[in-house]
Amino acid sequence: MRYFTSEFLIERNKDRCINCGVCARQCSNEAHYIDLDTGEVKSDETKCVDCQRCVCLCPTNALMIIKNPNQTRDNANWSQQAIREVEMQASTGGILLSGMGTPKEYPVYWDKILLNASQVTNPSIDPLREPMETKTYLGAKPTQLEFDEEGNILTKLPPTVELDTPLMMSAMSFGSISLNAQKSLAMAAKECNTFFNTGEGGLHKELDQYADHAIVQVASGRFGVSKDYLNKGQIIEIKIGQGAKPGIGGHLPGEKVNVEVSQTRMIPEHSDAISPAPHHDIYSIEDLRQLIFSLKEVTRYKKPVAVKIAAVHNIAAIASGSVRAGADIIVIDGFRGGSGSTPTRLRDNVGIPIELALAAVDQRLRDESIRQNCSIVIAGSVRNSADVVKAIALGADACYIGSSALIAMGCHMCRTCMTGKCNWGIATQNPELTRRLNPEIQYKRVVNLLHAWNHEIQEMMGGMGINAIESLRGNRLMLRGIGLSEKELEILGIKHAGE
Amino acid sequence: MLKKEGEVRIPAGCAISGIIDRKGNRFSGSDVIQSIALMHDRSNGLGGGFAAYGIYPEFKDWYAFHVFYTSIDVKNKTEEYINSNFSIEMSGRIPTRKVSSIKDAPIIWRYFAKPEPGKLISSEKTEDDYVADAVITINSTFPGAYVFSSGKNMGAFKAVGYPEDVGEYYKLDEYDGYLWTAHGRFPTNTPGWWGGAHPFTILDWSVVHNGEISSYDANRRYIEMFGYDCSLQTDTEVITYLFDYLVRKKGLPLKTAANVIAAPMWEEIAEMPEKERKYYTALRQVYSSALVNGPFSIILGYTGGLMALNDRLKLRALVAAECGDRLYLASEESAIRVVCPNPEYMYSVEGGVPIIATVEGEV
Repeated sequence: MRYFTSEFLIERNKDRCINCGVCARQCSNEAHYIDLDTGEVKSDETKCVDCQRCVCLCPTNALMIIKNPNQTRDNANWSQQAIREVEMQASTGGILLSGMGTPKEYPVYWDKILLNASQVTNPSIDPLREPMETKTYLGAKPTQLEFDEEGNILTKLPPTVELDTPLMMSAMSFGSISLNAQKSLAMAAKECNTFFNTGEGGLHKELDQYADHAIVQVASGRFGVSKDYLNKGQIIEIKIGQGAKPGIGGHLPGEKVNVEVSQTRMIPEHSDAISPAPHHDIYSIEDLRQLIFSLKEVTRYKKPVAVKIAAVHNIAAIASGSVRAGADIIVIDGFRGGSGSTPTRLRDNVGIPIELALAAVDQRLRDESIRQNCSIVIAGSVRNSADVVKAIALGADACYIGSSALIAMGCHMCRTCMTGKCNWGIATQNPELTRRLNPEIQYKRVVNLLHAWNHEIQEMMGGMGINAIESLRGNRLMLRGIGLSEKELEILGIKHAGE
Repeated sequence: MLKKEGEVRIPAGCAISGIIDRKGNRFSGSDVIQSIALMHDRSNGLGGGFAAYGIYPEFKDWYAFHVFYTSIDVKNKTEEYINSNFSIEMSGRIPTRKVSSIKDAPIIWRYFAKPEPGKLISSEKTEDDYVADAVITINSTFPGAYVFSSGKNMGAFKAVGYPEDVGEYYKLDEYDGYLWTAHGRFPTNTPGWWGGAHPFTILDWSVVHNGEISSYDANRRYIEMFGYDCSLQTDTEVITYLFDYLVRKKGLPLKTAANVIAAPMWEEIAEMPEKERKYYTALRQVYSSALVNGPFSIILGYTGGLMALNDRLKLRALVAAECGDRLYLASEESAIRVVCPNPEYMYSVEGGVPIIATVEGEV
């Protein structure tokens, strides 16, 4: 017997439906099927994940997916979701898995922070008429420059990378997403002079041409890592943790490890790609230093090395230690960050919001006078250009976007990436599905998104009377909290609205 | 109750003036008072001040401390600190004259001082660092005492009032200097605190500034990493510290410091020949948080010279004129012509392009 009903209902408007069968062909979950006896299209709503693919492709707008009104008795403590999860675990005995970032109602501090604008005492600047600089350099900077008698610079500068916009594509591996999806991100990064991130899946040979815009990740499983791989990338990112699953490694099920994934990751076909929870050569901060410098040695000190850490309780001390260990870029991934597959309990309960983590890290690095020795990049989750502006004013150099970029390519946040059945051709390796995503078309949507955000960032900067992004960085006086407690304001380092 | 300067950030508009004699000839403060007085409407009586260089030739080897005290008690306590850390050559009340519009004057005292030799040696600091640190200590830990001038052979004079009244009050017509700068303030709030008037100084750096910078907190949080304490929360304070840090502590040439504070646009840098392009790219990367954004025009005074600088978009007026050995600067052309009716050459200061004038020979 079934212990729970479907989460959604599929409503098919019979007046509109022409039984064309598009929905049945599109749905990898088999929520639609053609009744072979009658030729009619029918639905099995128990299989529906509400990805909206059928709704978007139905030529006669005959479909609607709605929340199933059939509910257990109201209970503020035992929500439908809580009951459903117990039932699921009782059926399987397994750990609950989820896709994307937590949907729980935790505070989103971005939405409790307001921006400033110039009035009278100084002028706002119009980005349509004046230069408005969003160029950003990531990497460590020396505290000072030395000059010779003729004013030439003597200081040897550490390697940095240049971005036209303070936005980069977050780590999403080939394996967790399709090659077409990753290629779209790579093409967009190239066009916008920014970077995409290989995740821990290696760099597929087809993406070699975009290596100038690649951040190559070194995670605990070391999948795809070679001297050649490290030297192809422009930034090397050591992944210690991920906001959606702090404290554990990644898990790519063997079903997703097809021949292409197997070659790129350098693992046997159809074997589970399980990256360990810790790096087994990093059990302490001094070990991290050794890995950072091994990577710098192998790339002849020509690439900045980033360390990505999940936002956890003592993030400020960890970040400070990582900078002192030689990290050129600190990446902080907040607990609302996304994932292709994460244990639900971890996703929903481990870590802290990125806003607080960022504010704490930036302040700690300044208190220790080492803020200029690294760049700070944040992720998890950045939903729009205002989030970006607020993040930079809190102290970030740049932001990673993950979910937003996927949404640009068609993702509808159904949160079932881990099933490998993504109807939008993103989080899947099924060739039937991946070919639905045409990089030549989809990359332009990502480019559009980056352009749109950059325009908005410029508008907001101009409104504040700022024409260079570095003057926004750490400029917390441009922020005011709304409805926040004294403690929250103190941690964010901002005043309350009206102050 | 209204908050004092430093407890709250108060935006202000302003007028500035400056005159330097490149031959080092000294002249009285009358001209600069006349110039700033013409721009009466650019201030609102809530702050005026002057910086004068070359005014204490007989004490040129001593640091001249100008100090405001709110009470005798505070003065006694602070002097205990000063006396234990410095040897005082001479001290006394700064002479003033009665001016009806200048009210609520604090006790205004002047000291010609040198670091106490034993303490200087044991501190392992340079003489300048020793003095700067002592000034910061007094200003942050002796409530009611405020050192508003601490350079050698120079002095700042400021008060709540219109600048011309402030000049009259301090008898600046009776001082002779080779370089004068002046400031009239238009704060949007009424702090009524003398220390909040400009110029702002540290050692022999003085800054008069007109503008409201939008990068304030980015600049403040950067400079505070290096031991500065922006207790006044004013633009002028943070700009002064930026110059002090870049030039005195990090040894950047003044022009280079100006290229950091009002950096060229990336699109200009892209057009430069390779060597310059690398130079400016490195400057902008390394000192990105010292870029000052938003409108400003400043005159930076120092021993033997001045620098005038406008923000890179030229969002504030600043005019310069050459006449004989003198360079005149003012927020308005008329404020130059009132003291120098027929300059040989007059021009508007370009955005982001520093004008540096130095005195020939020793001062």
